[in-house]
Amino acid sequence: MMHAVAIPPFERFYEQHSVEVLRLLRRRLGTDRADDAFQETFLRALKAYRRLDHGEHLRAWVLTIAQNVALDALRRARPVAELVDAAAEDSRPAYEDLAELTDGLPRTERAAVVLRYGYDLSYDQIASALGSTPDAARQAASTGVRRIRRSVSS
Amino acid sequence: MSISPDLDHRFREAAVTLELVDMGFDVLDSPIGQLLVAASPRGLAAISFESDPGDQLERLARIAGPCVLRSPKSVDTARRELDEYFAGRRRVFDLTLDLRALPPFTVSVLHELARVRYGETTTYGALAAAVGNPKAARAVGTVMNRNRIPIVLPCHRVVGASGDLVGYAGGLDKKIALLELEGAR
Repeated sequence: MMHAVAIPPFERFYEQHSVEVLRLLRRRLGTDRADDAFQETFLRALKAYRRLDHGEHLRAWVLTIAQNVALDALRRARPVAELVDAAAEDSRPAYEDLAELTDGLPRTERAAVVLRYGYDLSYDQIASALGSTPDAARQAASTGVRRIRRSVSS
Repeated sequence: MSISPDLDHRFREAAVTLELVDMGFDVLDSPIGQLLVAASPRGLAAISFESDPGDQLERLARIAGPCVLRSPKSVDTARRELDEYFAGRRRVFDLTLDLRALPPFTVSVLHELARVRYGETTTYGALAAAVGNPKAARAVGTVMNRNRIPIVLPCHRVVGASGDLVGYAGGLDKKIALLELEGAR
């Protein structure tokens, strides 16, 4: 059996990723609104931290949380039409590996597919990143995969 | 780019207020050097003379869980009582302790230790006898050496049968300073 990577104490995780998270949020939201989103991102991460089952891909995980927090903030502030662009733009940092295949997917499906198949995270972890349930995450990943299959074969 | 102290502070405060932290800690100044003080929602869990947090995070996580975060707010009560103690204004600590994950023998020794009063000393053998195992003086010594919450659980008040100070995990100079502060030397 493979040895799971230990989950670092949260302080270490925070020190390691806080600057990158803030940078991403400033890019998405501007300096003024980034601060609240920063706090929200790490509070969401802290809330879910105890339920992690290993310490791998924590960077991808926290950047996904940050992107979702940013999208929530944008959704509150902007009309829907602009959101599509923001979502496409948002996907890049953590999603590069599978970008070509997943670019056409709706945001939640894309996140679920990438985190599941690109980063091998559990549905529990994906759910906590997306703020949904493990069942919903599993559903999103499988719908996403079906959609990719259809688009590849068509 | 770095995180502004204000933003950092706000996150840490919110994390404690929302009760998301398994173990909060901070580094405090004291007359006997910097102390790393850690408290969980159950109570004060550790005081360390090794004040570099980087060396302590894993140890704290093993006690309470992975959500270990530096947060001054979580040790407010301990900080106030320690400040009063070092200023000579407090003789008894009124803090709830988190003795989780300690073996039963250790816990019973620490309970006896907690009864040794300010300015008084006892011996390893006397503590062993108090927990009903007079021959266990050496084992009591080990418990003192590993005491997770020194100062508040006053292992500095425990000396050898002949009155020798014997030893102190934080260094003998600190044991002497604490006993002098309490007027026991």
